[in-house]
Amino acid sequence: MSALLTVNGVSKAFGGLQALSDITLSVNTGEIFGLIGPNGAGKTTLFNTLTGLYTTDRGEIHLDQTRLDNRPPHRVLKAGLARTFQNIRLFAEMTALENVLVGRHARTKSGVIGAVLRLPATRHEEADSHDRAHALLQRVGIAQHANRLAKNLSYGDQRRLEIARALATEPSLLALDEPAAGMNPAERSALRELLLQLQADGLTLLLIEHDVKLVMGLCTRLAVLDYGVKIAEGTPDVVSRDPKVIAAYLGDESI
Amino acid sequence: MLNSSLLRSRWFSFGLLALGLALLPFLIDAGLGRSWVRLLDLALLYVVLALGLNIVVGYAGLLDLGYVAFYALGAYVYAWLASPHFGLHLPFWAILPLGAALAGLFGVLLGAPTLRLRGDYLAIVTLGFGEIIRIFMNNLNAPFNLTNGPQGINLIDPVQFGGASLSQPLSVFGYTFSGAHLTYYFFLVLVMAVIFISMRLENSRIGRAWVAIREDEIAAAATGINTRNLKLLAFAMGATFGGLAGGLFASFQGFISPESFNLMESIMILCMIVLGGMGHIPGVIFGALLLTLLPEALRYTGDWQRSLFGQIYIDPADLRMLLFGIALVAVMLYRPAGLIPSARRRQEFADAKA
Amino acid sequence: MDIFLQQLINGLVLGSVYALVALGYTMVYGILELINFAHGEITMMGAMVSLAVIGALALAAPGLPGGVILLAGLAVAIPVCMALGMLIERVAYRPLRNAPRLAPLITAIGVSIILQNIAMLIWGKQYIPFPPILPQGRHDILGATISDTQIAILVLAVLIMLALILVVQKTRLGRAMRATAQSRQVASLMGVDVNRVIASTFIIGSALAAIAGVMVSAYYGLAHYYMGFLLGLKAFSAAVLGGIGNLGGAMLGGLLLGLIESFGAGYIGDLTGGFLGSHYQDVFAFFVLIAVLVFRPQGLLGARVVERA
Repeated sequence: MSALLTVNGVSKAFGGLQALSDITLSVNTGEIFGLIGPNGAGKTTLFNTLTGLYTTDRGEIHLDQTRLDNRPPHRVLKAGLARTFQNIRLFAEMTALENVLVGRHARTKSGVIGAVLRLPATRHEEADSHDRAHALLQRVGIAQHANRLAKNLSYGDQRRLEIARALATEPSLLALDEPAAGMNPAERSALRELLLQLQADGLTLLLIEHDVKLVMGLCTRLAVLDYGVKIAEGTPDVVSRDPKVIAAYLGDESI
Repeated sequence: MLNSSLLRSRWFSFGLLALGLALLPFLIDAGLGRSWVRLLDLALLYVVLALGLNIVVGYAGLLDLGYVAFYALGAYVYAWLASPHFGLHLPFWAILPLGAALAGLFGVLLGAPTLRLRGDYLAIVTLGFGEIIRIFMNNLNAPFNLTNGPQGINLIDPVQFGGASLSQPLSVFGYTFSGAHLTYYFFLVLVMAVIFISMRLENSRIGRAWVAIREDEIAAAATGINTRNLKLLAFAMGATFGGLAGGLFASFQGFISPESFNLMESIMILCMIVLGGMGHIPGVIFGALLLTLLPEALRYTGDWQRSLFGQIYIDPADLRMLLFGIALVAVMLYRPAGLIPSARRRQEFADAKA
Repeated sequence: MDIFLQQLINGLVLGSVYALVALGYTMVYGILELINFAHGEITMMGAMVSLAVIGALALAAPGLPGGVILLAGLAVAIPVCMALGMLIERVAYRPLRNAPRLAPLITAIGVSIILQNIAMLIWGKQYIPFPPILPQGRHDILGATISDTQIAILVLAVLIMLALILVVQKTRLGRAMRATAQSRQVASLMGVDVNRVIASTFIIGSALAAIAGVMVSAYYGLAHYYMGFLLGLKAFSAAVLGGIGNLGGAMLGGLLLGLIESFGAGYIGDLTGGFLGSHYQDVFAFFVLIAVLVFRPQGLLGARVVERA
């Protein structure tokens, strides 16, 4: 197994608050890697530094051979790391289809001239993007809503649309920030199936999730953050028996 | 069968529209008089301006209150290169693109420092830029006479095709077209081009990226959009249209001064977009036509006042801005998607209410 | 030396007026994150209304002392502006509190156009002179002069700013305002009547604007229906310079902007070898604004706000 994503000694502080201290971890190609920890442990902060929304104070991030830290978000995405957001961030006044088409932006090239003159290359590219977008909507199970505005979709469908949009960017690593939040049991199990399928197709997944059952069942390995520090890493079995992890979740220092 | 009849009906309505547009100046000339044809020309010019600003405000969601600066730049470039001011008389087909390109370049230059700013700050800064440019226009008659100060530049060349000038009547097959009519056709062609470009851009990779930035800049960046470049592109495209309209304005009026390019002009163009329907091409066109023609219609309130009260209490020209202000507030409160919102926005507001 | 001191005095006086107007912008922004575009127009209304009263009184009762006439003008202008501020908030901003950000900004522009044109319809397009009712005394300090009007403006501005700080720091209303600025939701959960607090903010800001309007017209000796636009823009720049949302910042920013303008206009000719003259005075505010927003958007005294991703 080779490491796809390596995070080496990354630190990030906001004013006096040390949100991440010296985080080191690596995600192997093809695995589903879970990132767990109590609220405020720094999981989303780590996501934001990984995807270029925050700068790092120290440390390095690599995806394959490409260095990602302190790169603008669109470069990170182009390198192959796509993400979803904890508090769903769709383009509310665009249709579901258009949201996914925006995901194709980084993998397409047409400019103003091509668009205005509708050059053959542009037409071809647009047709290809539409085909892929429709296929992705189908894949996440919301093809019937292709022409509805994103803001009018149900909560679960919005989460799925966000995943479709991320997939449209052809990532090698997909980072999902609490994808199951707010979903009912049926939606959760559908999501679980989808994630396993994506893994089977060769995609590597990085997952922040609160639903312990989902995490334990899905993830190949886990890392646990607490107060911005990585306190454990390993298979779900090992991690769930780690006394430091139990203490962090129960809030009991004496164990 | 069905397909071909559908196609025929589409071509038919298209042909009808073309015929209507071709005859429009004659109908207006006969019905309302020559001055209304000139007004129609001006209205077309504002359609270009409004569609340009629509790219910046309507698509990319960047509230630009200094848009008139690019309009002014296009106008001054035209005036410098085709008037006795510097003794230059270059042809319009060289100056119009040059002015538009220069305005586009300035769009990038002025846009660059504002990229990190959020909506309302952006509005104020662009407003500041607009004012700075106006102050310079007013004062750059010394030490070197660039703008001729508040007096402005006079005797600007009209657009000329071969020997025919758009300010002179032209006889074709025994029928005489007035300058206003010729200008109308010339402007109409350009308006069509601008509409065409806007429509093509709207439904393209670029247009979607703009709207994505408008909707959620952070998500747009995380979805692979280079937000900096695309915002600059929006500024540049909008400014280019502004510069083009400026050149047309200079050639059409034959005279320009800083007074034509004040903040109220920026706000009026913004009003056209907001009232018509932001980001929606038919709405924006409607807004531009409405706000150019309405003030003229308001002149009649002067006659009404005189016939009702025997004298004019409120100068109709003064009433105009007041009504604009009221319309801006009322539309935002009661029809936030504009008078002609896109089908999509209509659906959205229906959903919001349900 | 005397020119330097003269520019310093002029700058401080001008700056204290900017500061008063800037406070109105910064208070509203602190609570609603809204640029109250119409605030400059409220200042203009303050100047126009007070001038109308002062002009009428000076004609009707020529014997009255200047101070009394001025106070009468203020006594009418302040409540009128307060009512205007409250009305604008109620009609143009409150219904749009949860709308996209562009919406209240556009109504704000609409409201300023309305106010400008109402003023123009009432008072006409000409400049309205400030009647010579105030003492015209001038004092020499180290070769520079300061007029009675300038002294009065400085003293009054400082007193008002001190009073405002007291209100915000010590009173129940002030506490409610600070709480609302932190979080509207939490404040309302804690029993703060958020609508009342917001209305009060507009009312206080408008009262300050009315006073500033009277000061400006007394200082320049005239008023005009269009004066609010540039004044408002400059005051907003001052608020941004100091750190928008920060009361101390608005005061500091106002004073600094006054000084920048006054020294800038005084020395621009020398600095550019006569290329640019003092009629470029009005561009300084914009350059300051743009420079601040580009290089230090949080302003001089504002804390850096991390954008939440």
